Amino acid sequence: MDQREQGKAIVITSGKGGVGKTTTTANLGTALALLGKKICLIDADIGLRNLDVVMGLENRIVYDLIDVVEEQCRLEQALIKDKRNENLVLLPAAQTRDKDAVSEEQMKELILKLKERMDYILVDSPAGIEQGFRNAIAGADKAIIVTTPEVSAVRDADRIIGMVEAEGVNDPDLIINRIRQDMVDRGDMMNIEDMIEILAIDILGVVPEDEGIVVSTNKGEPIVLSNNHKAGEAFNNIARRLEGEDVPLMDLNNSDSILAKFKKFVGLS
Amino acid sequence: MVINILAKIKDFFTQEETTENTGSSSVAKERLQFILVQDRIKLSPQEMEEMKAELIEVIIKYVEVDKDKIDMDISREDEKMAMVANFPIQKKQE
Repeated sequence: MDQREQGKAIVITSGKGGVGKTTTTANLGTALALLGKKICLIDADIGLRNLDVVMGLENRIVYDLIDVVEEQCRLEQALIKDKRNENLVLLPAAQTRDKDAVSEEQMKELILKLKERMDYILVDSPAGIEQGFRNAIAGADKAIIVTTPEVSAVRDADRIIGMVEAEGVNDPDLIINRIRQDMVDRGDMMNIEDMIEILAIDILGVVPEDEGIVVSTNKGEPIVLSNNHKAGEAFNNIARRLEGEDVPLMDLNNSDSILAKFKKFVGLS
Repeated sequence: MVINILAKIKDFFTQEETTENTGSSSVAKERLQFILVQDRIKLSPQEMEEMKAELIEVIIKYVEVDKDKIDMDISREDEKMAMVANFPIQKKQE
């Protein structure tokens, strides 16, 4: 009997689409794998798969999640090895199937199996509050809610927090994505404290808006793999926090601004 | 001419101060708090107004209140919702 500790299943969800769930999943998975952890990413967005593309693994897909639950293949056959890190595998979503093709029970069973051999299972949830979302949180030990600093996204995050807790996944954590410190500074974007106060949940991380994300998605290479990107640094910090390390929230003050450079030059900061 | 340039410089700096400081984030926060209250108690603004009117009716059956100063709000206290109402009781004119 294997003596290793069971892995932890974390669902990454949001309610609203387009806030960066898939980017977050890809980067946290890659960052945790870089820390030496064994990671399985699951794309639970049946019919609209994207995690494979963000990871740059779309050409390697043979089997998918539905094939596994329908026992068309063995679990091992469907797990795609990451091309950069041997600790990381991806279980892709089916692209041509309906989200009802998998049940909550099947997801639970699948995650239980994966927990025996992985340190973390990160489940990329579909947007919305329908069956796909319920499947994604089935079997999760923990939930990470991603939001952006917009009224609509925060509203949906609040809705999802309630639903996640109703499903028995307690104390979800929050990631605030795409924050722009320049806008926060001039009072045109809600700040971190505002959102924590409104949602009343713990903050796991703050990720600044970063053009590099577009580039990294273009290439299919998570941004944590490239240096000198604030967003990459932020995701690496979050991965370390998941591992129990005490990493302070990133200082988002724009060090690239002319004023900041000038201050640095004259020794003011 | 000099004054003109000075004015322009002044404009430039005050513009930084004023037009950039639209402060829409506080609007966002206020709206959100209101929206979330409605989401959580599943009460539409209209139903809220109806409830308010009915409550006022009940209260004025028993005490004389200053109708213009009634304040009723649903707010969040820690993780719980609370309805806080304030009915100022009118001092009888003598």
